[in-house]
Amino acid sequence: MSTEQSVIHDIGYQRYAGVRLGRGYAFRALYGHSLRTAFGLGRGVLAKIFPWFVAGVITIFAAVFIVIRTQTGEAVGSYEEFADGNGLLLIMFCATVAPELVSRDLRSGVLALYFSRPIEREDYPLAKLAALVTALWLLLAGAQTLIFAGAAFSVDRLGAVGDELLDLLPALAYSAIYAAVFGSLSLLVASLASRRAVAAAVVVAAFLVPTPVVGVLSLTGSETAQHLAGLVSPMTVVHGVGEWLFDVEGAGLGAFGPLYGVTVLALVFACTVALLLRYRKVAS
Amino acid sequence: MPVLVRPPYGEQVTLIATESLTMRYANGVTALSELTVGVAPGIVGLVGANGAGKSTLIKILLGLLPPTSGRATVLGLDPVAQTEQVRSRVGYMPEHDCLPPDLVAAELVTHLARISGLPRTAARERASEALRHVGLYEERYRQIGGYSTGMRQRVKLAQALVHDPDLLMLDEPTNGLDPAGREAMLALIHRIGTEFGISVLVCSHLLGEVERICDSLVAIDAGRLLRAAEVSAMTTARDVLAVEVTEGVDGLAARLRELGLDPQPDGRALLVPLAGEETYDVVLAAVADLDLPLHRLDQRRHRISELFREARPAPEQTGQEVAGVH
Repeated sequence: MSTEQSVIHDIGYQRYAGVRLGRGYAFRALYGHSLRTAFGLGRGVLAKIFPWFVAGVITIFAAVFIVIRTQTGEAVGSYEEFADGNGLLLIMFCATVAPELVSRDLRSGVLALYFSRPIEREDYPLAKLAALVTALWLLLAGAQTLIFAGAAFSVDRLGAVGDELLDLLPALAYSAIYAAVFGSLSLLVASLASRRAVAAAVVVAAFLVPTPVVGVLSLTGSETAQHLAGLVSPMTVVHGVGEWLFDVEGAGLGAFGPLYGVTVLALVFACTVALLLRYRKVAS
Repeated sequence: MPVLVRPPYGEQVTLIATESLTMRYANGVTALSELTVGVAPGIVGLVGANGAGKSTLIKILLGLLPPTSGRATVLGLDPVAQTEQVRSRVGYMPEHDCLPPDLVAAELVTHLARISGLPRTAARERASEALRHVGLYEERYRQIGGYSTGMRQRVKLAQALVHDPDLLMLDEPTNGLDPAGREAMLALIHRIGTEFGISVLVCSHLLGEVERICDSLVAIDAGRLLRAAEVSAMTTARDVLAVEVTEGVDGLAARLRELGLDPQPDGRALLVPLAGEETYDVVLAAVADLDLPLHRLDQRRHRISELFREARPAPEQTGQEVAGVH
């Protein structure tokens, strides 16, 4: 015993007798870790620059909204239009964060360490997807809530705050649709490339390449073609849902509003299924 | 009242058992073929050439691959039906590089401990402990990207150890290490198997390396069981006496044969199976009788690698050997 006491730093190996939590806990731990990763928390300074740059720019936009509103008394646009206006920033955010979440793990081979633990194969992509969607939603919803706070302090009567809140809540749901579409599509695309730079480029391409097609169709096609043009690009398809359900200004959908709704659902579903299939194959 | 002594590796009698385990990949490659083996707790060496099916076996035992046919149990659990229970009690160190370079070692190991089901505080404490046990206490807040190969292997070992598993599966743990690093890693594995009381399955293509730290060995070749036995049984039964005389080797061999021994020529020496102390006397008396100049007489331990080489042409004996391991 005396020899063991003389070596203070070595107390020997201790067995672990505490609780072992199950798969649900492991899923939440992976979700939380990924959400932190999305904003570069727990990582070096370089990983923080871009997410916080995007968050900063969106906050500045929100501040501009508030200032114009308080100075002129007129809103620049609705909460939904604020979300629409930040589409490009969201794409840039996806292009850096989605590769950070999945491509990095593919490249380093760390998946072998995850899949030998008590989580199932589908838990990993679903936790990553949930984290990215949450991060995107927090960006938009955070700024929208900021605008709401600014508006609530500048209105002259208390009832107006209630009206303002009724304007905000649907916009938060609209932001959730943005987050789901952008998150699922960009995560799927990023999971196909293990190099971060390649993944980032492909994510941007997935969003921007269809845009000219939308432009050409809406300028040259028949009226029906113009109404359907928005279905081609992920940005405009969400906007179409906005026109249909959230009274967002747009080029007009005719009677195709529900089709936009179905397309959004189908897109998110298809991306999620493809993501699950992707992780069924990888690193087995 | 008999004194009950807790066996060092818990109550588990069989650590790993497989029954006609066969794995055929979609591309037609048969990685494992009718593998039947059972090993008792302790440090088990799984040896075989590259491509012999070691990694495939580990993946089946972890529930990562469903076997084509046959069955396996790990710690008495079925990895196909009870995947979650198996994985929470097993630690796995993969062969290849698997560490994200931009993470701090302590953070990675803590995170992986939580994925293994440890609550946040316990995960952090045990991550520090695991890194300390593998000798990375001072460096644990540095990014893994700046680590040497030896340090990375230690992080890989720490993450396998962090949730206090009952069984560690180490796939080529000495890969890429220099001789000193190999020695340190082997000493660490030996310590885990003996002092920590955790059973270890060590995969290696270097038999000479693992034989020194293992209690039992399983050798596979092209997905088939070559041999499985306890190391003590393999070595004690096979010790030989090497006799070297400067002349008259043939005469001595003839005399020893007359005396009922079975000398085998090995270069300039004769190898005589060592039955006990009396073998020395018999050999010395024979040398003295023939008046031969004795150059050297020493006990030589058969290297286990030689035993496996002998076993290779006769794989049909394997069934008998398997029974011996239980």
